[in-house]
Amino acid sequence: MMRRALPRRRTRLVLLAALAAVAIALLVAAPGAFADALTPESGGSPNADDIDTIYKITLYVAIVIFLIVEGTLIWSLVRHRARRGGPEAAQIRGNTPLELGWTIGAALILVVLTVVTFVYLGDIKNPPPSDPDGLASQAEFASVDQPAPPAGGGPYLNIQVNGRQYLWRYDYPGDEQLFSYYEMVVPTGTTVTLDVRASDVIHSWWIPKLGGKVDGVPGHVNKTWFKIPRGKEGTYIGQCAELCGINHADMRAKVRAVTPEQFTSWAMKTREDIRRAGAALGAQRKQRAKEGELE
Amino acid sequence: VEARSLTGRDLGGSPEIVLHARRERQGGWLDWLTTTDHKKIGIMYLFATFVFFIIGGAEALVMRLQLAQPNGTVVTPETYNGLVTMHGTTMIFLFVVPVLAGFGNYLIPLMIGARDMAFPRLNALSFWLLLFGGMAFYTSIFFDPPRAGWTMYAPLSDDSYSPTGGVDAWIFLIHLTGISSLMGAINFVATIQNMRAKGMSWSRMPLFAWTILVYSYLLIIALPAVATAVTMLLTDRHFGTAFFDPTGGGDPLLWQHLFWFFGHPEVYIMVLPAFGMVSEILPVFSGKPIFGYKAIAASTVAIAFLSLLVWVHHMFATPTATVVLAFFMLSSFTIAVPTGIKIFNWIATLWRGQIVFKTPLMFAAAVPALFVVGGISGVILAIFPVDWQLTDTYFVVAHLHYVLFGGSVFGIFAGLYYWFPKMSGRMLSESLGKTSFWTMFVGFNLTFLVQHSAGLSGMPRRIYDYSSDLHVGTYNLISTIGSFILGAGVLLTVINVLYSVKHGKRAGNDPWKGNTLEWFTQSPPPVNNFDVIPRIRSVEPMKDIRREVSAGVRAAETVSQPAAARSV
Repeated sequence: MMRRALPRRRTRLVLLAALAAVAIALLVAAPGAFADALTPESGGSPNADDIDTIYKITLYVAIVIFLIVEGTLIWSLVRHRARRGGPEAAQIRGNTPLELGWTIGAALILVVLTVVTFVYLGDIKNPPPSDPDGLASQAEFASVDQPAPPAGGGPYLNIQVNGRQYLWRYDYPGDEQLFSYYEMVVPTGTTVTLDVRASDVIHSWWIPKLGGKVDGVPGHVNKTWFKIPRGKEGTYIGQCAELCGINHADMRAKVRAVTPEQFTSWAMKTREDIRRAGAALGAQRKQRAKEGELE
Repeated sequence: VEARSLTGRDLGGSPEIVLHARRERQGGWLDWLTTTDHKKIGIMYLFATFVFFIIGGAEALVMRLQLAQPNGTVVTPETYNGLVTMHGTTMIFLFVVPVLAGFGNYLIPLMIGARDMAFPRLNALSFWLLLFGGMAFYTSIFFDPPRAGWTMYAPLSDDSYSPTGGVDAWIFLIHLTGISSLMGAINFVATIQNMRAKGMSWSRMPLFAWTILVYSYLLIIALPAVATAVTMLLTDRHFGTAFFDPTGGGDPLLWQHLFWFFGHPEVYIMVLPAFGMVSEILPVFSGKPIFGYKAIAASTVAIAFLSLLVWVHHMFATPTATVVLAFFMLSSFTIAVPTGIKIFNWIATLWRGQIVFKTPLMFAAAVPALFVVGGISGVILAIFPVDWQLTDTYFVVAHLHYVLFGGSVFGIFAGLYYWFPKMSGRMLSESLGKTSFWTMFVGFNLTFLVQHSAGLSGMPRRIYDYSSDLHVGTYNLISTIGSFILGAGVLLTVINVLYSVKHGKRAGNDPWKGNTLEWFTQSPPPVNNFDVIPRIRSVEPMKDIRREVSAGVRAAETVSQPAAARSV
């Protein structure tokens, strides 16, 4: 008996050790390898970072609850499976203190989550002022139609976003026309506020690293903002998140963040291009009208 | 008509005639067409809805094939959007809601000791309207299926953007299945409120009957909202109104409010009766009474009430005031409390039991195991700033499938394995059943667990392809492989049912030593269900009856009928 029992116990020990090793390896690797798989996109804008923080706090609470529920469930199933000669099933019909306990416990957890949410809500909803080295100083882009000026007093760059099947259009402020499609160019260090509209069906503006979605609903204006810090220049991709027709999947969007200096020169060049294209169109129109092709 | 009387000891004056040996009239297909028997109608419901389940599942598998890798080319975007719409609509309106009506139809009169539903003809009409609704909807695949998603958001579903008849076929479906469900719900309410056996007070009513009662009230409250909405959509599309058209003074958000005022109670309409089945099955296989009967019944009512107050959590990204969003976050949070109570009560029911691992128990125990994931992701989604990141992504797809597949469908399969012996007189194969369970369990988690990550990485739902820049190719490949494993698991149960209905082991009256009254009668029950209905003295009448048998005050034949003794 002893000789047979010993190797079996050893195999079990080896198995346990292996399992523990795998668990530890997973825990060590988790922050690096799995963090991205378990949390929302962030890193482009403070509102996306704050959402990520609320999510992570909730996730930690959730993991504890998940382990308690699955643990007791599996333990009950394994420990109390029917065996010959096992104990009689306990005829318990309830336990009021216990039931009150988990009801109040569940409610308290939700109170904590509510508090956490409201602590971060202000920073997610309200756009902060632009940084001193942002585009803020350039009055040309100052927006005057904001309902409440930012606390720091710095103006925003306000862009009108309009969704249509299957393209996003961005209109920049200023006396002279400046707009683009698909790719939105923005300066870093500057708070960018967006007024999101849609001109046909409902679309949803979403660049994951720059914060949450806002639906563009025909007949409504929806607002959001982002602020990409200096040093995080680059492209941020996203796409329409509300089923808007056959090519919904192809309604993609890109935000290209550049330094304020590069932005200013982009704006000048693009304005010039638009002006030139407008003039060329005008000339062509005049020519064709002369030839009798147009009224 | 030969009636065999097996009289027990005198119980309160009159002898009981318990067993009924009369064979049913075998009338062939015409009998099925004209029947008003709740059991036959129930079986037709179950058969029809499982056919729709297979069709909806096949649609899902085609979508998974398309998404297996970036830039898939299996189907066109037109077909894909059609599949998205057909899959969602089929599973919700033609499978989960009516399959529960099917179980309710078959079981409620038996469980409460009634001879049929309150309005048998209305009951037949409910079934036929459901079938015609499903057929009207599916004929659209021969011309032009709807492509605007099962939520049919205006203005996309309006005639300017969906000019073909597919959306109209969908409106037909909503109206026909809606009338079917409304009549069915009224029938359930009338039956449960008025036709319970003597002694079956509210606190002795089976928990499944509680959930069907609440399911019915929710349908009666919620369905008029969607009926209104689709009628307005119909007149917008064809008669020049502009309820949802901003250029005519309407508002697309009106559609969303009306739709989700129906749509969120609908989730609990789909989940609560499956919870009821779990509450019936777990005690039987753990040899214990249900833990906290009153708390479970009360939490069912609480969930139903709260489910009417949370609809805007589907609309957190729309232009809506923050104070409204905050209200709907808090109301959604509160639902987690009664739901948590149910899960804890189920675990406490298993704790210190003598758990017999039969297939129904395994499917039923999987419900809390899987639903807790959907519940937790539901709380995460209720936090509206977090929802701004997660709404309309694959995170939501994962969440809703953990709720509706992990919660409802696993519960429905538990019910199928548990009550099939009663319905057919034969047992389903245990080995095939357990294989099916593990295949489905593994396949389900492979399919949907990684979809959380796909959503978190930025993959929106309802897209026919995705760019490799999103880095979600691996998640999608795992999900596709999982979905085919899941499909194979479902197929094993289908094979099990088709085989066992002819060749399964004979079940006898009460193969599981059940608690509720349906196990008192034959399997399958005779047309009139019971010759004599025993007086109900507790929430577990069959336990009382078995106790009477062992005390010698009741004849043993009244609870266990050996297969050989069946009259032929």
